[in-house]
Amino acid sequence: MAKTIAPNNVAKSNRKWITGYSIIGLLLFITYQFLLPWEGLPLGIYDAIYRWMPPSAINESLVYIIMALGLNIVVGYAGLLDLGYVAFWAIGGYCAGWFMSEFFYFLNINFLGSVPAEAPGIHINFWMVLLIGGFVCGVFGILIGAPTLRLKSDYLALVTLGFGEIIPQVFFNGENFFGYNISNGTKGIVGVDPIPVGVKNLGPFDFGWKLLIFLLLTAVMVFISLRLRRGRLGRAWLAIREDELAASMMGVPLMRTKLAAYAVGAFAGGLGGVAFATHVNGVYAERFNFTISIFLLAMVVLGGMGNVWGVILGAFILSWVNGNGLTAFGQLYNEQFGTDIDFASFTFLLFGLVLIFMMLFKREGLLPESRLKLMLHEDELDQIDASSKSGDK
Amino acid sequence: MSNILEANDISVQFGGLLAVNNVNFNIPKKSIVSLIGPNGAGKTTFFNVLTGLYKPSAGNIVYDGRDITDLAPHKIAEIGIARTFQNIRLFGLMTAQENLLVAMHSHLKSGITATILRTSKQRKEEREAEERAQEILDFAGVGKWTYEFARNLSYGDQRRLEVARALALNPKVLLLDEPTAGMNPQESQIFIDFVRKLIAERDVSVMLIEHDMKVVMSVSQRVTVLDQGEKIAEGSPDEIKSNPRVIEAYLGKPKGSK
Repeated sequence: MAKTIAPNNVAKSNRKWITGYSIIGLLLFITYQFLLPWEGLPLGIYDAIYRWMPPSAINESLVYIIMALGLNIVVGYAGLLDLGYVAFWAIGGYCAGWFMSEFFYFLNINFLGSVPAEAPGIHINFWMVLLIGGFVCGVFGILIGAPTLRLKSDYLALVTLGFGEIIPQVFFNGENFFGYNISNGTKGIVGVDPIPVGVKNLGPFDFGWKLLIFLLLTAVMVFISLRLRRGRLGRAWLAIREDELAASMMGVPLMRTKLAAYAVGAFAGGLGGVAFATHVNGVYAERFNFTISIFLLAMVVLGGMGNVWGVILGAFILSWVNGNGLTAFGQLYNEQFGTDIDFASFTFLLFGLVLIFMMLFKREGLLPESRLKLMLHEDELDQIDASSKSGDK
Repeated sequence: MSNILEANDISVQFGGLLAVNNVNFNIPKKSIVSLIGPNGAGKTTFFNVLTGLYKPSAGNIVYDGRDITDLAPHKIAEIGIARTFQNIRLFGLMTAQENLLVAMHSHLKSGITATILRTSKQRKEEREAEERAQEILDFAGVGKWTYEFARNLSYGDQRRLEVARALALNPKVLLLDEPTAGMNPQESQIFIDFVRKLIAERDVSVMLIEHDMKVVMSVSQRVTVLDQGEKIAEGSPDEIKSNPRVIEAYLGKPKGSK
């Protein structure tokens, strides 16, 4: 029963994960940037990588990981169910669309942009747009949160669901937003500026270098998550998750603390949005639909709410299955057995089954937070206690 | 002797039910006062009014010369009115230390950026908070459970930890809602001694809701009796013991009387 947590030793544990993460990240980067284009690479390995984990798929996975980490702060840390997270992704994406493309062709603003100064439109440096996207989303998080966070559990979930529908719909029909074109509607904004990294500009097909950038963004989110978790705010989030009333009686301002969770979560959504826009080289309104919110939530739940490593694992698995894994597996299966089954169409059946089995047998997720595991298995422990006691008689 | 907290003419109405009716109550500095009464008399409701959870439908509350009637619960906690709960409401999946650090939330200052960057100021603040938490845990007699999840503690230790958590707010008024409920006589006695030590060593007043008359009579300087939302008696423990209205409220009217 006695389960003790070692005293705070933040610096040491941070050094550990940063080392491990850097090694894995560097290996991935070398594989995709140098090994894959290398002519001496055996054709079998080349084919396998392209079939199972092509460069575009791993980059897309990382975008999902960034956003899942943001959602984890809202859902996993503060315990607020958010079914409309896709809204922040959309806002982040359109920040990239507005500030680093030729969308506003009638303007000519260039601030350290990666295109020639005479190009029409607003062209702000990618790294600044990242921050802009993050902060705009943070502000929207507060705007959406302020009226809704007074609600509890189910009601909050429903209202966030509403906002998750409203905001993408506004962009979807944004060709005429009170007389202004804010999104090009269904046509989307095609083409965003390449990412400047000093020596060169990274276009849509520089997968290897962009992998490195996305890895960096993921690391930043992990860092922020872990640091906040151990600090004053993280404790307040946890306390709210445990017992809202007791937390407010202990001097924790509920509204402000919840808004902070929303804002930080939305910030990550903004990062993900900007990153995704550069990944697909454009912003397309039909990508931002409700299923993404559920998809992200499933990643957090599958991986293990509240534990960043679990969330990363969950996000990686689900986005991989959705993007490439199942198709590749289907291809292999069809080749082996001469069948002709369209495996990709079973994606959501598979997700449904996985979630059902997870809830039945491993509710706390793949890599759970130790606290949560304790809570979710308490009733079972009680049952064991009860049965062993009755067995004594 | 001046009062740290004064509640004047407090009434609380839930729909048609008058849960607390026109009650005056004050807590003198560095004292232990008790609120007793039969079940459903409105004691916990009165507590909830003092801590800002319910707003009174009439009356006002003055704490340390300041009207706090309309303050939010977390503000009231911050300025120094801390409480425990009738049924323990610790943060079970947080360690004892974390429980106390949550209570210190309003007194700590580090914001989001300072926490992310782990500035030297933030580190110092955290270290000092942890030291203070340990001090309070030791004082409350649960010092060896610093890194233990609160839910794993024994019942008596959880009660003590809840008081320790309330003390971490650095309160001037401590409201204890049936702190000895479910304790055996020895545990109750230890708790009484602890409360006495609290008053002696810290600048704090204690208000107690309690059913255990032995505890109430031995520890309180003044006892107030509520019945059906109304204050029916107030005085020293000895006066209360012999007050006919109190006996009536607890035991009913003697046979034959009207």
